[in-house]
Amino acid sequence: MAQEMMYGEAMATAIMEEMQRDPNVIFYGQNMAMTDRDPMRKMFGKDRVRIAPISETAEIGVAVGAAITGLRPIVELWMSEFMLVAMDQVINEAPRLRYMSGGQVKVPMVLKAGFGFAAGWAGQHSNCLYHTMMGVPGLKIALPSTPADAKGLMTAAIRDDNPVVYLHHYMLTLDTGEVPEGPYVIPLGVADVKRAGTDVTIVATAWMVKKALAAAEQLAQEGISAEVVDPRTLAPLDSDTIVQSVKKTGRLVLVDQAPRHSSAAAVIAAEVAEKGFEYLRAPITMVTALDASVPYSEPLESYLLPNESKIVHAVHSVVAERAGV
Amino acid sequence: MHEREQLGKDRLIWMYTQMARIREFEEHVKRTFLEHPGAMRGHTHLADGAEASTVGALATRHTDDLAMPSYRCHAQPIVLGTPPRKIMAELYGRKDGLCKGFGGSMHLADPANHFPGTSAIVGQSIAHAAGAALTAQVKNTGQVVYCFFGDGAAKQGAFFETLNLAAVWKLPVVFILENNQYQAYTHISLEDANCMAGDPLSQKAAAFSIPGVTVDGTDPLKVYDEVGKAAARARAGEGPSLIESKFYRFSAHGNAITVPPAPTQFPEHEAVGVYGNKDEYKAALKRDPNKLFRAVLLNQGVLTEADAKKIEDSARAEMDDAVAFALASPLPLPEEATNYVYA
Repeated sequence: MAQEMMYGEAMATAIMEEMQRDPNVIFYGQNMAMTDRDPMRKMFGKDRVRIAPISETAEIGVAVGAAITGLRPIVELWMSEFMLVAMDQVINEAPRLRYMSGGQVKVPMVLKAGFGFAAGWAGQHSNCLYHTMMGVPGLKIALPSTPADAKGLMTAAIRDDNPVVYLHHYMLTLDTGEVPEGPYVIPLGVADVKRAGTDVTIVATAWMVKKALAAAEQLAQEGISAEVVDPRTLAPLDSDTIVQSVKKTGRLVLVDQAPRHSSAAAVIAAEVAEKGFEYLRAPITMVTALDASVPYSEPLESYLLPNESKIVHAVHSVVAERAGV
Repeated sequence: MHEREQLGKDRLIWMYTQMARIREFEEHVKRTFLEHPGAMRGHTHLADGAEASTVGALATRHTDDLAMPSYRCHAQPIVLGTPPRKIMAELYGRKDGLCKGFGGSMHLADPANHFPGTSAIVGQSIAHAAGAALTAQVKNTGQVVYCFFGDGAAKQGAFFETLNLAAVWKLPVVFILENNQYQAYTHISLEDANCMAGDPLSQKAAAFSIPGVTVDGTDPLKVYDEVGKAAARARAGEGPSLIESKFYRFSAHGNAITVPPAPTQFPEHEAVGVYGNKDEYKAALKRDPNKLFRAVLLNQGVLTEADAKKIEDSARAEMDDAVAFALASPLPLPEEATNYVYA
């Protein structure tokens, strides 16, 4: 059985279901569960659903300490940029403690944060910071693009014994889709082919998957068959599925909302260049944000970010190429 | 009155024994830099001078209580029952080390012995300790977490954020601020607003409306009294307290930071080496907590000179053995380096 559900609702459902299943799961953050009327507080009590002060270092650091001693904390951070004030805990504590202890402890925790809010949130609340985190050994990064993935990846993140940064895209919050009922897991580290095709591989994450699918639809009308691959997690990164797709299509367009040099696309490009060079019939092409901070005013913001026509244009350029043949 | 009255002869002797063990361990570590140059890599920080503070605090523990210090973390596991052999082998980067050679001196962890882990980024482990206290609270285990950190850490955002959060959530944690007078190489009078105003550092507790007291950290019985009260308060669900335990670190902040192949060893204490203040250092040595407590126990007839010597000899033999064990332990296999990245 499946039901129609919004992306935001799907994440929340996963959290509720896991909290029902496992008493060690706790949930806290700023400006949440503030009254007794809060449904989660009603269900799980004030001990397991808490309000935190605006103190990300303490919130995330406390989660680390709770995780190594037996809880499975989920920290609601709202915006991924808020992690920047606590980056030691995210990068230099949570993912390192297990390793430094020689495997004696595990650090099961979820850092839940929205990102990429392209709705006039300007320079400090619209960013894509996953590139900063995806190369840190010990840390996992999930970026759901659909309601079904939002739920399954959240369930997986909560059950995982490692720190997981769960980044949901603000622009997808109200999108609806079919979501299976009851708990289910989408394994971390398994990419999903969102649309099958034969002429070009488009790799995209989160909101960019939606843009890539729209571009693929337009390209189909021109007779170009695009395959859209969503890695779903950037760490672990399922390079195999991407390389297999490139083996089939011979062309790769990487779409990423981050600026070029701080994009996941740059890392994926290197993976494919090394592992799939022989399959490439055209240069790998990246469609990323321009190298500027995210501006406030709508035309400025739109100009900066990848969109359907930029993706279509990039596909045209690689399909026209005959390099390596 | 509370538990203090229950400190019988055996417990006092136990306390002195732990202090002697810590001192011997740290002296063996320090000597390693001369006797086995290159055996210890990176940075090592010692607890000589902190013995009374550490042992006085941990003597108030109930069986399942946890201790979570910073990177200056050799002393606590020694008291908690971690075999010194395993700690020493870890410092030597050996396979039989506590963390199999993955952590070293700054990252000891022994969760099986109530020592869940440490952080070497100043102040950050304060939040981890509060997190362990959150686990105790949510699971209603009755545990208290003993959180040790230095005066330098008390200027970190993690300190202020965590004390506020711990007070708001009434977490069962005792914050033990070990004021050893130096923030790494910088004297506290140059970087702490309370100190510069002539106030105790325990005054920081007032910002969070929690109890804050300053105690003579060279006297394990005074530390025992104050930490005992704070632990009882935490256990009763009344939340955290801040104890400023004042003592003097006898060794330099750490071994000298050198670049291989230049050798490293412990330099002179900053008081002498940086500030040229020999008098300060000499005066501090006169307040050696081990010597003071030894004298108290001899004076009270708890120990004879022969008893005390026996404890010290036994501690020395134990740490000689720890060094021999570490030297005999094999190095880890190189390909183990990719273990333990993910659970």
